[in-house]
Amino acid sequence: VSTLGILAQALEIIAAVLAAPLLLGWVNQCRAWLQNRSAPSLLQPYRMIRKLFHKDAVLAENASTLFRAAPYVVFGTMVVAAAIIPSMAIRLPLSIAADSIALVGLFATARMFLALAAMDVGTAFGSMGARREMMIGFLAEPALLMVIFLAAMISHTTALGGIAESLSGQQLALYPSAAFTAVAFLLVLLAENARIPVDNPATHLELTMIHEAMLLEYSARHLALMEWAAALKLFNYACIGFALFVPWGLAAEGAGPMGLVASIPVLGLKLLVAGAALALLETVSAKLRVFRASEFLATAFLLAVLGVLVHLLLGA
Amino acid sequence: MNLSFCLVLLAAWGAIGIAGLVRAQSIEYVGRLLFPLGALVGVLLAAAAVAGFALPPEQLVLPLGLPDLPIHLRRDALACVFLLLLGIASAGVSLFAAGYFRKGEGTPPGLLCLQYHWFLAGMGLVLLADDAYSFMIGWETMAIASYFLVVSQHRLPEIRRAGFLYFLMAHLGAVCILLSFGVLQGGGWQLTFDAMRATQLTPSMASLAFLLALTGFGAKAGLVPLHVWLPEAHPAAPSPVSALMSGVMLKTAVYGILRVTFDLIGDLQWWWGLVALALGLFSAFYGVIFAAVQTDMKRLLAWSSIENVGIIFTGFGLTIVFQALGMDAFAALALIATLYHCLNHAVMKSLLFLGTGAVLHATGHRNLGRLGGLIHRMPWVAWLTLVGVLAIAGLPPLNGFVSEWLLLQSFLFTDTVPRPFVNMLLPVGAAVVALCAALSGYVMVKFFGVIFLGQPREAALADAHDANFLQRLGLAWLAAACILLGLLPVQVIGLLDAACSGLLGVTLGQRAGHWWLLAPTPIGAASYGPFAFLAVAALVIGATLWAVSRRYHRRVRRGPAWDCGFVRLDSRMQDTAEGFGQPIRHIFEGFFAMQRELPAPEDMAPRYRVAVGDHIWRYAYEPLGALVSRVADLVAGLQRGRIATYLLFSFVTLLVLLALVL
Repeated sequence: VSTLGILAQALEIIAAVLAAPLLLGWVNQCRAWLQNRSAPSLLQPYRMIRKLFHKDAVLAENASTLFRAAPYVVFGTMVVAAAIIPSMAIRLPLSIAADSIALVGLFATARMFLALAAMDVGTAFGSMGARREMMIGFLAEPALLMVIFLAAMISHTTALGGIAESLSGQQLALYPSAAFTAVAFLLVLLAENARIPVDNPATHLELTMIHEAMLLEYSARHLALMEWAAALKLFNYACIGFALFVPWGLAAEGAGPMGLVASIPVLGLKLLVAGAALALLETVSAKLRVFRASEFLATAFLLAVLGVLVHLLLGA
Repeated sequence: MNLSFCLVLLAAWGAIGIAGLVRAQSIEYVGRLLFPLGALVGVLLAAAAVAGFALPPEQLVLPLGLPDLPIHLRRDALACVFLLLLGIASAGVSLFAAGYFRKGEGTPPGLLCLQYHWFLAGMGLVLLADDAYSFMIGWETMAIASYFLVVSQHRLPEIRRAGFLYFLMAHLGAVCILLSFGVLQGGGWQLTFDAMRATQLTPSMASLAFLLALTGFGAKAGLVPLHVWLPEAHPAAPSPVSALMSGVMLKTAVYGILRVTFDLIGDLQWWWGLVALALGLFSAFYGVIFAAVQTDMKRLLAWSSIENVGIIFTGFGLTIVFQALGMDAFAALALIATLYHCLNHAVMKSLLFLGTGAVLHATGHRNLGRLGGLIHRMPWVAWLTLVGVLAIAGLPPLNGFVSEWLLLQSFLFTDTVPRPFVNMLLPVGAAVVALCAALSGYVMVKFFGVIFLGQPREAALADAHDANFLQRLGLAWLAAACILLGLLPVQVIGLLDAACSGLLGVTLGQRAGHWWLLAPTPIGAASYGPFAFLAVAALVIGATLWAVSRRYHRRVRRGPAWDCGFVRLDSRMQDTAEGFGQPIRHIFEGFFAMQRELPAPEDMAPRYRVAVGDHIWRYAYEPLGALVSRVADLVAGLQRGRIATYLLFSFVTLLVLLALVL
């Protein structure tokens, strides 16, 4: 492990943590434009986080230590996830300690703590949100795993850096199997990040909400960490998508500091396009009933499995 | 030396059991002296097993029993894996049991002590046996001792019923195992395992032996469709016994099938692997969806054991497929995943069952609908159980994740399987494993959330007491095992590799060569370093905590929970266990036999009831039971109760036999 490697790793973590709310701000801005509203500032998520940090935390009377610890655990796992996803450079020191299966495990850890914390106070909303979140999770997680599984089969490694490296070495030819898994991944991304059509980040209507229902009891710094973690999750998912489907422009192994700097505008461009696309997708689709969400995700899971089978059938 | 030491330890368990009869009514004597001694024996057995991995296999013949049938014993690396499992799990369970049994509950404590320790010794004998005869003695000791433990509350009719079902299934299984040994001896009538290893069976006979063994051991392990006894018997037993049955006894069945398949049969056929794989995947899926809809906490864990056994058999099936098709390195990977999951499940399921035991003691309720909020009353039990919950949900860096990771890695290379049909089927298996792993997270959120979190659903829960010192010690021992098995995969695999080389003739080795980095896959680069992982996570979480409290403040106010303007928020409005099962019932509707009672709009006392049944019980076991009754009725026609008739029967039998012989 070289000093440069550790520096690159630190840079990637810091960049992800700092840039994540910006991505959220960009998506919100695009969405407002598409809906003919006047858009909030790009920096609005930062302002909200800062405001929350300054407030006094109010805890429910019977909240346990688990409830107070969960925001730190959820935020921490999202940061670790950001450290192992190749968003700028292909080889990072931490990526050997955790491959893509461990990454899925990390997301599961965050989800589990979030759900347990939501059940901790014992209100109707919290436990209902936890149940719905776990329902989304148990369908989305295997779908994501199968998406990764296909990429891992093609590149014979489960390390995300290795996958991105081997896929970016191929010519610009779309695999038929990757087309299936790309759609599956998109569906998983929407569901896991509480976006329309599965959940609506902008509503507090009890019939529709999932993610917000779990956060109802949180306030101040705890809520700030949870919101920041949610922004990081969206950023992480976007970067997983880039590593699997558009892996070009990452700094190669031993590219040095210049390579890393050169990869920043590429990442910025990808995020710009992806954020706008996400806003468009959310604008043109309608919210599903909660029980249709399971069909939505079952479709994702089956598409991913189909992708793997297509790969085995066609060898491509 | 090592083998004799193990034998002395098993004999010590036997002796502790008999010592329990001396002062059978004394809780002090049995609880504070004998059970801790039993735990010590467990620790020593685990230590002996660890030492045994490095030694060559060792055999011993004891001239006990019938004149021509001495007891053959053998300790090899495979036996060591399961002795280690038995030692570690039983040490924790015995410590907990020392503080658990109370006066006036069913069987007197001294008798329980006898049954409990003979149960342990029986399992030990199964692992060390080297001939069919002593294997069956160990197997039956285990079955009978555990039967008496299951029915220790024998005054309750449903417990007697559960015990009967267990006893019946255990013996149907034992008959199949016996028949399998009968096929394996190949006509030489030598019942030692050495003779069976030397026997060359024709492919069809080998298949017969395998299928009989799969049925017999599958019945003991709770493989669907032979699982029906498990959700009845495990909850009926006292919690420490449920822990042993789920954690250890199911693994002796896994040991048996591994021993018979890889060691005694030897020549594998790849389709056996597909059979085991299909049964394993189905059990895993079936177990986890039923676990998700249970409302009794011990029954939920019992169904979750079916899931885990399914995952173990999936790994076992995969091992056969790879081994039979000559892909040795992958077979080693799959076998290591299987063995690792056995170890993991033993400690985490024991931990969870003990946690439910502590809750049952403190509250008297097994029904999830009467629990809640116990993290405030029982913090020790809650936090130690949380370790088990996170482990069994397969979250890094705990142990459940390691075996899941290894299993998924071995699925990854299925596209190199030389048969196109097989390599199309296997990825579907990977998908099912991934689905089951995610569903077990769902089940565990329900389990932990409904019992320990939220508001207490009954007023009486305010008096619940935390576990006593010995119970905490037992829970902490198992929680520590979960953490260590998660953090030291390289070292554990170093041990399991010995078993792998003994069974398959290949070892996985360590390609990375670091003590902290697990990199087992034969091709490509996949690695997992739990220490680095945990260190970075701890660093990030610590830094966040520090930064937030330094940069801002740590002020906290307490207030009532937000009720959305509805002022009478109470504990009945939390999600219930039934509510948590609802999405699963809805999504996988076809798998459940559901009976619903819905209230009509004009009901003054509306009642909603849903009962979830098992199709397999209704469509396979009930008709079978009815058939057996009918046949029994026909046979009963012969029994007239008159001596003259019976003498006539004897006379006719004698005539027929004479005619056959002459």
